[in-house]
Amino acid sequence: MADPVLQTRGLTAHYGDFQALFGIDFEIRQGETVAIIGSNGAGKSTFLRSITGMLNTAGQDIAFLGQPVGGISAHDLVRKGLAMVPEGRKLFPSLTVEENLLIGAYGRSGSEWTLETIYDLFPILAERRHHGGTDLSGGQQQMVAIGRALMSNPKLLLCDEISLGLAPIVIKDIYEAVPKINAHGATMVVVEQDVNQAMAVADRVYCFQEGRVSLTGKPDELTREQISAAYFGLEDGEAA
Amino acid sequence: MDWINAILQGILLGGLYALFAAGLSLMFGVMRFVNVAHGDFIVISAYGALIVVAATGVHPLWATFVVVPGMALLGYVGQRILLNRTLGEDILPPLLVTFGFSIIIQNVLLEVFSADSQKLQAGWMETASIPINQSISIGVMPLLIFASALIVIAGLQAFFYKTSLGRVLRATSDDQDTVRLMGANNAKIFGYATAIASAVVGIAGVYLAMRTNFDPSVGPARLLFAFEAVIIGGLGNLWGTLAGGIILGVAQAIGAQIDPGFQILAGHLAFLILLVVKPQGLFPKMKG
Repeated sequence: MADPVLQTRGLTAHYGDFQALFGIDFEIRQGETVAIIGSNGAGKSTFLRSITGMLNTAGQDIAFLGQPVGGISAHDLVRKGLAMVPEGRKLFPSLTVEENLLIGAYGRSGSEWTLETIYDLFPILAERRHHGGTDLSGGQQQMVAIGRALMSNPKLLLCDEISLGLAPIVIKDIYEAVPKINAHGATMVVVEQDVNQAMAVADRVYCFQEGRVSLTGKPDELTREQISAAYFGLEDGEAA
Repeated sequence: MDWINAILQGILLGGLYALFAAGLSLMFGVMRFVNVAHGDFIVISAYGALIVVAATGVHPLWATFVVVPGMALLGYVGQRILLNRTLGEDILPPLLVTFGFSIIIQNVLLEVFSADSQKLQAGWMETASIPINQSISIGVMPLLIFASALIVIAGLQAFFYKTSLGRVLRATSDDQDTVRLMGANNAKIFGYATAIASAVVGIAGVYLAMRTNFDPSVGPARLLFAFEAVIIGGLGNLWGTLAGGIILGVAQAIGAQIDPGFQILAGHLAFLILLVVKPQGLFPKMKG
């Protein structure tokens, strides 16, 4: 079997004296969509910050496309094929929609995604291409953030809380793009607080709780009780 | 007529101030970094031009071709090996380090070149002028400096809005963390920003040396003019910086017209009044 796209063994993370992750074992294979669920403070975003190199991971056992990448800086990881849709979108306010997308191509390799294919995926962005990135609605901004990440032609796309703060109808629009992105061959990690949404798109789910993986499996093999217990840290039957 | 002439000369002087200020504005814009030694780097460029002219005997303008790349290289290397280490959450270290630089540069220049006042001879340019009517004429050198300021600012603007590196510099100005997730290496981006700013400092230094007397101690006053031009114009807006330079130049020229001793003070007063009336500057950068 081929190497996983991304694999971590015993990953830990600290903010000063505070330990946020306690030995995360994680892997994702080519073409998979994996969801990471968990409540606030479970360590989901810290995990993403670690594997994107935004936190220092020197000496840690992280492999990307079979190569060890512990301690490698964020910009080098992007060049190796990792892209991130950050929580809160983080568009560049003084750049237009199109310029935001082009920034994504700064460290690019390959030519899978272009402005044209992004505009095919999210046609509304073509109409708004000359608007300021932050003049758009929340959902459209999220589309720009996803498009911007895709512009680097990632082998692995990480999406942090892409439904946070958006209306359900908008979330549906955004998630409809996921299979299309998969069809282009990208492997995806989706971090979500919305469990139902995550279960609907994912091939496999990791549930985080207090910096540990509390449950992992395929959505159709997991029961609601198992997920509630893993998500909230409750015993069986106690779950709301 | 004297007043019109004074205003005209003030506008042209504003071009020099805009050249002083453009590099400062650019470094602050991209890195949120105030270079307290900015004026002293202008003086280094002036001495650089002095060395080139003394060694080769060419017209001072030709020294630009040595000083500008030299300063760009110095800026890039200095940013990569020194200034990048001072940048972080805390804004104090870069201020302290560049303040220290300012003192060191002034004293090294004093040691090497003495406190004697220097000036580069620009030959016919210094006295040539274009007559407008009987009482008003425009000096060739002030006009050349003003035209250079226009070209430099238009060039920087085109660079920022038309090139991919310019786009990344603007994105870095918005959000230094997120731009790393786009594959940009901040350390390198900052090096480029300082290199470009230092190239402009090089141009400003050559013109300073051609236009006025300079000695190792004049840097801080240039920093002050640059600061005032940047703040009058609005942070992060290069055309605003030009406008700020012109307002400062005109205020000084009007002040000098009232009383020669009032020149510098008039500039500072104009700055203070504008700061009270428009604390954001005249043309603040739009924020989304």
